[in-house]
Amino acid sequence: MAEELDGLIDLALKGDKKAIARLITLVENDEEKAKEVIQRVYPLTGKAYVVGVTGPPGSGKSTLLDKLIKLARDEGHRVGVIAVDPTSPFTGGALLGDRLRMQRHSTDPGVFIRSMATRGALGGLAKATNDAIKVLDASGYDLIFVETVGVGQIEVDIVKTADTVVLVTVPGLGDEVQAIKAGLMEVADIFAINKADREGVEMVYLELKMALEFERDKWKELGWEPPIVETTAFTLRGVRPLWEAIKRHMEYMESSGRLRERRTFRAREEVKTIIASSVAKRVEERLAEGEAKELIDEVVERKLDPYSASRIVMEKLKEDLWR
Amino acid sequence: MVDRSKVRVVVAKPGLDGHDRGAKVVARALKEAGYEVIYTGIRQTPEQIVETVVQEDASVLGISILSGAHMVLIPKILRLLEEKGLKPGEDVAVFAGGIIPPDDAEELKKMGVFEVFGPGTPLKAIIEAVDKAVENLKRFGA
Ligand code: B12
Ligand SMILES: Nc1nc2c(ncn2[C@@H]2O[C@H](COP(=O)(O)OP(=O)(O)OP(=O)(O)O)[C@@H](O)[C@H]2O)c(=O)[nH]1
Ligand SMILES: [Mg+2]
Repeated sequence: MAEELDGLIDLALKGDKKAIARLITLVENDEEKAKEVIQRVYPLTGKAYVVGVTGPPGSGKSTLLDKLIKLARDEGHRVGVIAVDPTSPFTGGALLGDRLRMQRHSTDPGVFIRSMATRGALGGLAKATNDAIKVLDASGYDLIFVETVGVGQIEVDIVKTADTVVLVTVPGLGDEVQAIKAGLMEVADIFAINKADREGVEMVYLELKMALEFERDKWKELGWEPPIVETTAFTLRGVRPLWEAIKRHMEYMESSGRLRERRTFRAREEVKTIIASSVAKRVEERLAEGEAKELIDEVVERKLDPYSASRIVMEKLKEDLWR
Repeated sequence: MVDRSKVRVVVAKPGLDGHDRGAKVVARALKEAGYEVIYTGIRQTPEQIVETVVQEDASVLGISILSGAHMVLIPKILRLLEEKGLKPGEDVAVFAGGIIPPDDAEELKKMGVFEVFGPGTPLKAIIEAVDKAVENLKRFGA
């Protein structure tokens, strides 16, 4: 198996799409394999720039991405795309529909598009999204777009993933503009008001502008005020300005040192998540054991208090963690 | 049984055929059954479809054709899959549906299509066939 994995990784690094696809499946399906894959490819990553595209359902994220891929390709980027759609909490199934808006790029050798289901994750991305990005990064895709599920307010994992976050909104959302102001506002580096062919664009523009005005001091300190770009993904109107805004933000991130800062934050979050999930797993294992069950019984019977019981379990956990 | 939520299915519409109801109905049914389904949309070339199967690492490819061009498009798709090292029936289970006369269906099955479904097929029958085909794939331990 280790040899098979080596073979796959070699092929992926040479750009073999079938091997890349297989590796992404491995990091998605199998925790142990994910660990192995990432340990091997990690030294080769860090070259890709990650642009996140987020916003309410149906706002035109995928349609815009289709156009952005084209512009990025014209400038010679090798483009990877991870497009996330929700898994049904009832059936475990998913209908992944982002890709169909970008299908014309599927035969372009310099583009790799992968649909991904959330599989229960709640932050707007899938658990394996970050690892899939690393596989694409190591395989030579230097610009990676990540499309989140259509998000509301709390689903903001994209900040832990992307170097630049584009928030796509549309006219006529009503209350959702409030949600954007409340939560997503914090994460956006660039605003796109898509479907600018529809009525109400000026309204959204003014609302956003006002909300931004409110944080004026913050932008001054940062040296970047999120631009607002009106786009009509259908006709390409505003799409080039959006692409230019993304490039300006990339430049700003690099020259200001913010890129390093954001990646430091991200690395910390990533390490934290891995620690937390392996500790949680060990805790479950320990508590499933006979000895722990007896302890729990003692807690039920008031022979032991919960704090003392956890203290005893934690002593044992120390050994488990190094196993 | 194989865990459906880890099986990826591509539902594709090749050629100039705009009849997309059947494809959408089948895609939705497979989703409801618990599969991860990627729908390509209409007007796909065989090359686009096969690239999609590759990049999405799909185990199942469902082709929907109501235009009459199935004897040109499906063999081409099968050939391109083989060229990518994806053997129909072993690496990827291929299904077809739509308006396909019985003689053509037989011919396609000989070429490696697992099953062909026509108008009025109950969705349950389709799901059961997909379940069965998946179990016969190499990656799921057959
Ligand atoms: C509705 C319809 C249309 C609609 C399509 C709307 C749409 N967006 O889909 C409209 C009016 C646009 C249309 C147009 C045309 N149509 Co028309 N249309 C039909 C009709 C009446 C029903 C098709 C349908 O939606 N069925 C409902 C769905 C749910 O059934 P289904 O697609 O068969 O799917 C089932 C199975 O086949 C199977 N299945 C299908 N796909 C897949 C995929 C997989 C993976 C699996 C496992 C199973 C599976 O499972 C499904 C569930 O049971 C059929 C006649 C018929 N009875 O089939 C003619 C029919 C398909 N059309 C026909 C024709 C000729 C045309 C036109 C060329 C007419 C013209 N001269 O303009 C145009 C072409 C349009 C185009 N761009 O391609 C012919 C095709 C003849 C042929 N192939 O030899 C048919 C058969 C009518 C006929 N008897 O002549 N059509
Ligand atoms: N009028 C108008 N419609 C648009 C525009 N851009 C996209 N659409 C349409 O809006 C619908 C949704 O577009 P998508 O690109 O799928 O939107 P999305 O944000 O990716 O959707 P989810 O991924 O489902 O959240 C489609 O029917 C598009 O054709 C636009 O600029 N103007
Ligand atoms: Mg989308």
